[in-house]
Amino acid sequence: MSKPVLLALPAVLLGAAAFAQADFSGEWAPLYHEDGPERLPGPELGDYTELPINDAARLRADSWDADRISVVEQYQCRPHGSDYSMRGLGNMRVWREIDPATQRLIAFHTHMLAWDSERTIYVDGRAHPAGYAPHTWQGFSTGVWEGNMLTITTTHLKENYIRRNGVPRSDQATVTEHWMRHGDYLTVVTVIDDPVFLTEPLVRSDNWYIDPGQHIGIFGCEHAPELPKPVGVVPHHLPGTNPYLREISEWYGIPYEATRGGAETLYPEYRQKLKDYKAPPKCDRYCTCTTLFDCQLR
Amino acid sequence: MKMNRLVAVLGLSALCVCAQDVRVLPVQGNISMLIGPGGNTTVQVGKEGIVVVDTQTAAAAPQVMAAIRNLSDKPIIWVINTSLDADHMGGNEALIRLGGSADASQRARVVVHENVLNRLVARGASQDRVSDAATVNDTYFRSPKDFLFNGEPVMVYHMPAAHTDGDSVVLFRRSDVLSVGDIFTPDKYPAIDLANGGSVQGLIDALNWILEMAVAGKYQEGGTQVIPGHGRLCDEADVVEFRDMVTIIRDRVQDMMKKGMTLAQVKAAKPSRDYDTQYSGSADAFVEAIYKSLAARKP
Repeated sequence: MSKPVLLALPAVLLGAAAFAQADFSGEWAPLYHEDGPERLPGPELGDYTELPINDAARLRADSWDADRISVVEQYQCRPHGSDYSMRGLGNMRVWREIDPATQRLIAFHTHMLAWDSERTIYVDGRAHPAGYAPHTWQGFSTGVWEGNMLTITTTHLKENYIRRNGVPRSDQATVTEHWMRHGDYLTVVTVIDDPVFLTEPLVRSDNWYIDPGQHIGIFGCEHAPELPKPVGVVPHHLPGTNPYLREISEWYGIPYEATRGGAETLYPEYRQKLKDYKAPPKCDRYCTCTTLFDCQLR
Repeated sequence: MKMNRLVAVLGLSALCVCAQDVRVLPVQGNISMLIGPGGNTTVQVGKEGIVVVDTQTAAAAPQVMAAIRNLSDKPIIWVINTSLDADHMGGNEALIRLGGSADASQRARVVVHENVLNRLVARGASQDRVSDAATVNDTYFRSPKDFLFNGEPVMVYHMPAAHTDGDSVVLFRRSDVLSVGDIFTPDKYPAIDLANGGSVQGLIDALNWILEMAVAGKYQEGGTQVIPGHGRLCDEADVVEFRDMVTIIRDRVQDMMKKGMTLAQVKAAKPSRDYDTQYSGSADAFVEAIYKSLAARKP
């Protein structure tokens, strides 16, 4: 009688060990206490602060014309990449996929409000596809556990942006995420390595809280001609002609050089270069911006 | 003896590596993409036989054929070359010899736009390409050329003056796959072959045509699959990025030319510098081709 119990015990313990890892399942709502103005109303044109971009990325962003997302029909319904989605531009649902035969975790799935984007994060040890395989907006993600933290590696991303003002992220980027759950809160630290546009990894963090009652609606998008432009027109600014690049400096009192981004501007030593900088006496643009409802221009 | 055995083993290993150099990627419907040393080959298989778009090089033919045999044991009935480039039609003769039918009535038909054959046999053309020209037996001059094969309409469209003046784009209409040759190379600057009738405006027109023909799936992903001449499997959104790049650099060069800048000055200004970290190939050659192509259009 006692033998079967003894035999079953290791299996129970093994099962318990497998599920000691965090479960991210649930309905999550984003918190906007970090980078609110950039994430809610959207970034100002020419704002490259906090981005370790190279000259190529800077010129691509300088050339970017917001008309492109209207004139080029294929841009109208183009979703965020999975890295940018985690900036929390909509609520998120996470659920687990369990192998019915082994009861082991195969993957986490996510659904985002924005563009109904769905993503699979495999945790079953599978390899990433070959380089010639298709690239997608969500990319191909695999996760490994580091204690209770899930570290996710994403490749095979389509070209997209790291900021919604034209700062590009290439299809050669590798995105690493660290998902950490603390009770009802989820912290996601994202590290983007992009050999094409970044001189060092871009590290950002975002937070979410559990919101079991939330209902994620259908996003919906249908592209259509919006402006009578000839086929093939691609709106852009020729180098040196974008008239909007200094607005951020003028509106926020930030030295123009600092708005141009680059790894140097990320570190405390850069303050030495700005020793003559005087902060504006008061904030008068996006001064309160923590939810969609209190984020007023002035 | 031991050394001989070692050499034999090394030789076999080298062969195995070569054989593995051609990879097979199922695309959708009846279509697969072969990724090899000479670029990409598109293969349609079915009960009636095999369609091959672009045959890579003669040297790669055994590996390409071995890869095709993983998909079908039927004979190659149709070969379509998207341009006259040696890495797109250099494998024609060898591939047909290895995979064509012994039945004369099922002799493989090799389709190219007539400009391809005209250039290959023109006075002064390279003797190296005689054998490639000799494989062609089905030219067309009215676009599209179409045929039904394996229950699928296959449409061959001529793209005038793009990468060359003999470019073809193949639409597999039921599978919803476009095989577009070197008009689109997602991680490499396009080669605008001015000597063989290419032009930047023709290239942009061809890319815009591909965008018109392609229908993306939900939220700009999937749908029509686009097999480029070189590089990974793509869809409409990837072609948009490439078209935008070519158009923007063209606009910049055009603006510099309007200001009276010489070719040397334009090249020194590096109008492609924000794309050079993303696209391989010679930026200088690309800019020069744009400049000369635009200059040739001037009245």
